[in-house]
Amino acid sequence: MGEVLTDAFKQLLANIQDYSLMAGRSLANLATGPRYFQDILDQMDDIGVGSLPIVLMAGFFIGAVMVLQTGSQFTRFGQTALTGDVVAIALVRELGPTLTGILVAGRSASGIASELGSMLVTEQVDAMRAMGTDPSRKLVTPRVLAGILMLPLLTALNDFIGLLGGCVASVFSLRLNAVEFWTRAINALDFADIMQGMMKPLVYGFILATVGCYKGLTVRGGTQGVGRATTQAVVVASVMIIGADLFLTKLALYLGDKIF
Amino acid sequence: MPDSLENRTGAVVAFTNVKIGFDEGDVLRGVSFEVMPRETLVLLGETGTGKTLTLKLAAGLLRPNQGKIEVLGQEVSCMQEQELLTYRRQVGFVFQEGALFDSMTVAENVAYRLREDRLSEDEIESRVQESLRFVELEHTGDMLPSELSGGMRRRVSIARTLATRPPIVLYDSPTAGLDPVTAQTIITLILQLRDVFGVTAIMATHRLQDGFGLARFRFDPDSKRVVRLPENEGNAAARRENEEPATRFMVYRDGRVYFEGKPEELAESKDAYLQKFLV
Repeated sequence: MGEVLTDAFKQLLANIQDYSLMAGRSLANLATGPRYFQDILDQMDDIGVGSLPIVLMAGFFIGAVMVLQTGSQFTRFGQTALTGDVVAIALVRELGPTLTGILVAGRSASGIASELGSMLVTEQVDAMRAMGTDPSRKLVTPRVLAGILMLPLLTALNDFIGLLGGCVASVFSLRLNAVEFWTRAINALDFADIMQGMMKPLVYGFILATVGCYKGLTVRGGTQGVGRATTQAVVVASVMIIGADLFLTKLALYLGDKIF
Repeated sequence: MPDSLENRTGAVVAFTNVKIGFDEGDVLRGVSFEVMPRETLVLLGETGTGKTLTLKLAAGLLRPNQGKIEVLGQEVSCMQEQELLTYRRQVGFVFQEGALFDSMTVAENVAYRLREDRLSEDEIESRVQESLRFVELEHTGDMLPSELSGGMRRRVSIARTLATRPPIVLYDSPTAGLDPVTAQTIITLILQLRDVFGVTAIMATHRLQDGFGLARFRFDPDSKRVVRLPENEGNAAARRENEEPATRFMVYRDGRVYFEGKPEELAESKDAYLQKFLV
């Protein structure tokens, strides 16, 4: 039993080491050529534009639901005007980035893992290496860079649409004035909130792309392995995003106190 | 003849006591052999005896646990990954199932390496057309690999390899799973690559007839036809006059070289294990 646990722990450490090396190399590759700009654009289109519908739809509904939930409580104290403040802060600081991260992880981390996994089992990755191309530069770096660049943009749009959803709900459900909602929402936010909200998705984009790539490029066991890797990529990326959220929130609050 | 083979007299590929194994145990247990310029080495063996591993080792896709691998005078077994990327451009690899990039069209697959080398679009277009014409698939340029048959995918894979004019080509079971007619088409293409472009080759295969096809026939560039070499004189004449390329057979058994010799030696062997391949 002890030996089994030791082996499992060693395997876990080996996986963390391999993942860290791959993730580090994906960024280090940016310092030297060759760089694959077309692949970067393709991945930005896939991760960014491709994820837009689900991110916007989810953002709208989450914003609306938040207004309904908070509004029902504020109504008891006659403070429904505060709804805009609460929804803005919650969305921009926390829900927007994390929700976007998890949604894009569900869509893109799985997509990346299954695409690279399929390439691996059909020897396309070996063919690439055999032709003198470094798969880390060609396959991993464009996806990681696209993830890092696209997540903040998606988050910004998610925040805006979330507030729009909140505004619609507050007008029709709480009978609030739309101008009042937007004024309070905007005034409630300061630079530290925006910074926190835009810092998190940079990390989330890195996490979901590197996890997707790592799971895809370490597939074992043919097509069944590809399916397993796809599921694992979503689960691991989502858990890592939520875990990272804790530390990033603490860091952002600390920086917010010290700097802003 | 490719530049890197000109004036080369020593072995193009040399394995010295190469060993490699994985968690399940050793696969190659001390393999040594050489391949001379313009020679074709036909690698036979049962499944799991290390034929594909040998090719991947020669291409620098895997590193041996022990032993030395030299290709074109470079010691592949101790190269860093960055050096290997440069080295691999001199070696063509035809994978068993073709390993075409399924998100790219046929033309983009063939052009892949040329685009990486940043050749002009005109040059790329002409080289792609030439390569596809060579495998008689010039009409498939805009098709995706999924729209091609298994045999066509192998032919595109050969065209992709040919586009960069490598001096060495490694074939991993190029006829596996194909019908006899398509398999013969592939062997004819391999003959052409050898006799028109003068490539040195290692071909891993289960099919003995593929090896004998390479040993007993040659492609005549003038008449553009496959012609039979004189019976039992093909290899001897080839080495004597240094005109015709030679074909040699090597059989793996239990991770070691069990047989190495000329086609006629294999054909005439009374060894019970070798007889299994001759049936």
